[in-house]
Amino acid sequence: MTASISVLLFARYAELLGAERLELAASAPLTVGAVIERLRSLPGGAQLPAAPLCAVNLRQARLADIVAPGDEVALLPPLAGG
Amino acid sequence: MYLTHDPIDVGSLAHAVHSPARGGLVIFAGQVRDHHEGRAVRRLEYSAYPAMAEAECRAIVDEAATRWPVAVALRHRLGVLEVGELAVAVAVAGAHRGEAFQACRWIIDEVKRRVPIWKRESYADGSEAWVDPTAPGGTMPAAAPESST
Repeated sequence: MTASISVLLFARYAELLGAERLELAASAPLTVGAVIERLRSLPGGAQLPAAPLCAVNLRQARLADIVAPGDEVALLPPLAGG
Repeated sequence: MYLTHDPIDVGSLAHAVHSPARGGLVIFAGQVRDHHEGRAVRRLEYSAYPAMAEAECRAIVDEAATRWPVAVALRHRLGVLEVGELAVAVAVAGAHRGEAFQACRWIIDEVKRRVPIWKRESYADGSEAWVDPTAPGGTMPAAAPESST
């Protein structure tokens, strides 16, 4: 079993963190909110909002949702398509 | 595939939904504007979370087909676009105009609301910014453009 959670960053958030993909070591499930708190402690992460739009495994997610090692969490800046 | 890096051909979308039983065809086409919040826009770049954006577009098209008796074709462009190029197009055909107009309006609104796509604008003065409808002024700062030495 993969002992990490994949984090995808897009657009401005990828620029803030200087990466489009990160692997967060995680041996146990944790909340989406806890994932974001860890990202906010990284260099450049302080400018991330505390409650950004998120998706887990391609579906929109809430901060209280649980993610497990092997899941893919995406942080989505405010959408601007169309 | 709903996302494309190639120019959007509205005619092929209309052809895809055409049928002798469908008398009403409505097309919405969104093109790159030369201004945003008072600034002169030179070009812009669309990026996406491709897997989720494809899934959301499919969900929107499927949901429209359950709400109205229509056929739908949808494309959204990614990559660098110049002013005047098509960024998005929706073609909807139904037996009558009413359902075609309603479904087309609903689909483009849902695309803007749900599909994970982002837009980085380049301005005539050389600066760039991320379009952010939630931010005051409508944009957030972007990292400095890569210099083209």
